[in-house]
Amino acid sequence: MKPTSDMPAVPTALDRPNSYIGRSVPRPNLARLAQGRGQYVSDVTLPRMAHVAFVRSPHAHARIRTIDAGEAKQAAGVLAVVTGAELAKVMSPWIGVLTHLKGIKSAPQHPMAIDRACWQGEAVCAVVARTRAQAEDACELVRVEYNELVPVTDAETALDPATPVIHADLGDNLTFERKHEAGHPDQGFADADEIVETTFRFGRHTGVTNEPRAIVADWNPGEQRLTVYQGTQAPHMMQNLFAKHLGLEEHQVRVLTKDVGGSFGIKVHTYADEMATVALSKLLRRPVKFVADRLESFVTDIHARDHRVRAKLGVKRDGTITAWEIDDLTGIGPYSVYPRTSGIEANQVVNLVGGPYTCPNYRARARVVFQNKNVMCQYRAVGHPIATSVTEGLIELAAARIGMDPLELRRRNLIPDDAYPASGPSGIKFEALSHHACLARLDTLMNYAGLRAEQAHLRARGAHRGIGFASFIEVTNPSAAFYGVGGARISAQDGATVRLDATGAIFCATGVTEQGQGAEAVIAQCVATAFGVPIERVRVVTGDTDNVPYGGGTWASRAAGIGGEAAWQAGKALRQNVLAAAASILQADPRALDIAKGTVVDADTGRERIGLDEVARIVYFRPDTLPPGFQAEMVATRHYVPRAFAFAFTNGVQGSYLEVDTDTGFIKLLKHWCVEDCGTVINPQLVDEQIRGGVVQGIGAALFEHCVYDERGQLRNCTMADYLVPMAPEMPDIEVDHVVTPTADSELGAKGAGEAGTAGASGAIMNAVNDALRPLGARPITDIPITPDVVLKALGKI
Amino acid sequence: MSDRIDVAFTVNGEDVRAQVEPRQNLVDFLREELQLTGSHVGCEHGVCGACTVRVDGAIVRGCLLLAVQCDGRRVETIEGVSDSGDIADLQAAFCERNALQCGFCTPGMLLTAQDLLTRGNGAPSRETIRLHLSGNYCRCTGYHAIIDVVEEVALARTRQAR
Repeated sequence: MKPTSDMPAVPTALDRPNSYIGRSVPRPNLARLAQGRGQYVSDVTLPRMAHVAFVRSPHAHARIRTIDAGEAKQAAGVLAVVTGAELAKVMSPWIGVLTHLKGIKSAPQHPMAIDRACWQGEAVCAVVARTRAQAEDACELVRVEYNELVPVTDAETALDPATPVIHADLGDNLTFERKHEAGHPDQGFADADEIVETTFRFGRHTGVTNEPRAIVADWNPGEQRLTVYQGTQAPHMMQNLFAKHLGLEEHQVRVLTKDVGGSFGIKVHTYADEMATVALSKLLRRPVKFVADRLESFVTDIHARDHRVRAKLGVKRDGTITAWEIDDLTGIGPYSVYPRTSGIEANQVVNLVGGPYTCPNYRARARVVFQNKNVMCQYRAVGHPIATSVTEGLIELAAARIGMDPLELRRRNLIPDDAYPASGPSGIKFEALSHHACLARLDTLMNYAGLRAEQAHLRARGAHRGIGFASFIEVTNPSAAFYGVGGARISAQDGATVRLDATGAIFCATGVTEQGQGAEAVIAQCVATAFGVPIERVRVVTGDTDNVPYGGGTWASRAAGIGGEAAWQAGKALRQNVLAAAASILQADPRALDIAKGTVVDADTGRERIGLDEVARIVYFRPDTLPPGFQAEMVATRHYVPRAFAFAFTNGVQGSYLEVDTDTGFIKLLKHWCVEDCGTVINPQLVDEQIRGGVVQGIGAALFEHCVYDERGQLRNCTMADYLVPMAPEMPDIEVDHVVTPTADSELGAKGAGEAGTAGASGAIMNAVNDALRPLGARPITDIPITPDVVLKALGKI
Repeated sequence: MSDRIDVAFTVNGEDVRAQVEPRQNLVDFLREELQLTGSHVGCEHGVCGACTVRVDGAIVRGCLLLAVQCDGRRVETIEGVSDSGDIADLQAAFCERNALQCGFCTPGMLLTAQDLLTRGNGAPSRETIRLHLSGNYCRCTGYHAIIDVVEEVALARTRQAR
């Protein structure tokens, strides 16, 4: 096995005895999953459980005239057939807007369409039966008559006066618009020696989680409680929404999240069919299960990207960038998704373009429009791949224009590593970044000079290889600035409760969730280190709104940086509590004691004084032997939210090395590198694997993944045979390295790492393809995915 | 759809006799009738490989084989293969190297990797490993760690065999 990571320096503030911070500790939950003994929601069965299947609109836009369920109701195993109008009596509609996205608007959305279907795949009728197969059989017997309406499919014309308005009450098809101007962009362009101007297009793609969305809702009328087993990234958010729209109190709703078969932002939203499933359980007073099949996943899991960005950059011949300008247009389907809205991605694009660089002259406009396609919303690295591809695409086009090496152009414009705190052109605040250190490291890691020599050598022999880069910034550790300030009840803070059990082991309940990132391991590392026990003695509990502290869950790269800090502080607090008890037992000064490897020791010499099992035994079973008036507290809870900065920005740079077959248009990825800075690295292996997985999702976007709609709003590639995802043979080895700049906003200093890979990969690959094709006189490629036909068209061969 | 057919086969060494609907695929039968939920349903059209199981020793897609086609045959799932200890080294290496994240693809990935490793042609190259796993979709890892692990276990087994 090749070495996959080096060990970053451990910050001394965290250098507790037997520290797990900075160590590649294996995750505690993996053996179970590797033995097929996980419990995903799709595995859950409950007594009296029924299954729901949905009749879905075959049209992108249609009025529903009649629904005839007579025959379906008589079919074998059918328990109920329920229309949107019937379900609306149980569940109230929602509107996906946030007050801090000024002017954003959307229409009320119901769990099922009532009299109008607005995208192909929207549920119009639910069939509940004893088995899923029976429910699907009966769906075929439901007769729905539609009047087709003109679908709005092209974002470019969605705002034209001649285009029908999807929601008449809203007046037009504009969901949200943001304009931003900073510095002096006109002067900047006037000062430029060269202006690079082009249009970037980003295909719609989707998450393709290996486990589709799944939910089991169990309304118990005897308890007046709803228990929902859901593969979600945000259990408390969903608890609030289920309660709100069913007219329940939050304490009447328990959301349980067990193993989740992939999420990536797909499973952090409100889905109409999942809300319908919950409402059906309430209506039918029994557990109801819904698992999307793959076809349903393609037409209802949120889609993402689908941006058209006109972009312009001014540059002087010495490489100084003088101005940026972008005009972003994105079509988000017929509804802004609840509760995070579908305005965030475009907003992020405006925030992030030009972010790594010093040039302050910036003009941006972003428009978000409605259309009759599946909804779009936040997916891994929200807005980042677009902003990075636009910024870095312009950088490399400019470098080619003025004949400068692309790394040199970056060196001349990246914010200096000693210039922080600093701001980006959109006004975003950076605490401390390390663009130059990362670039220097990448240069060495990939042997850039050697690769250029190899490229030239092979070029002479007719092989066309390309080298491309993307510097990037990543939004992590979001404060309330992301959603809370806009009125969404999505927790920015997170908590951890730690408890010493009666044998001296530790239980930790955390508000962050685990969907494979390794949050459980990171939380255990923080608690074990802060408290002082072997990590095997820490058990972490997640995903249960009845039993974990109120929290946000796992999204926007927040689990380690926010959840980890709460766990760290809780572990420290419990250590003080336990030392107080131990001191009372030992008649010692608690300040002279510490806990190491599960034993209370003298802080100065490490001499063992009393085992945690013995402290626990006395505290729990013989408290009568403790001094009068002393009450031991063996539970501690701490919470954390970043306060100094709205977001803990991270940074990094990626490099791609690839070869283009100019006869077939096929691209062979030879190697990929990422050097990034997520602050303190709690678990190097987990960080590296987050980066690698993220990079490959970015590669999917760059080369393969595309939700192809026709002009009638029909999604044409709804299988995994037609919608291509990255598979093992086409993927390169990915080398990862780190520069460590901890955030001072927390004691741990950890920032997030979940989205860095996806943020930069597609831009780096696009640049590498253009680097390969440039000497052949090809037109620069600025559309992704870069499929073989795109390459051949750029070469003028087709 | 209700004309059920009698079938008899072994699953993880245990005799199974059942009346199955002709249309029921093997993975649904394993999951719904036998509660063997370690085999997963990802795409139901033979692309993702999450439902990979063994029938008479060969890896197959549980979604592309009907339960009735298994009459008289020997079916093995991740649960049985785990209990037998056959892939204990591979499983331990997957965990040590974090070659699984959400774990949904892992049972199928393990069985497919084991299929390669039992072909006895010495330690395969990374390219060969990548090709052999070409029908198993993993959205989380980017594959690199999985390739590392299969390569490592192949080398370890080759050393042991000497």
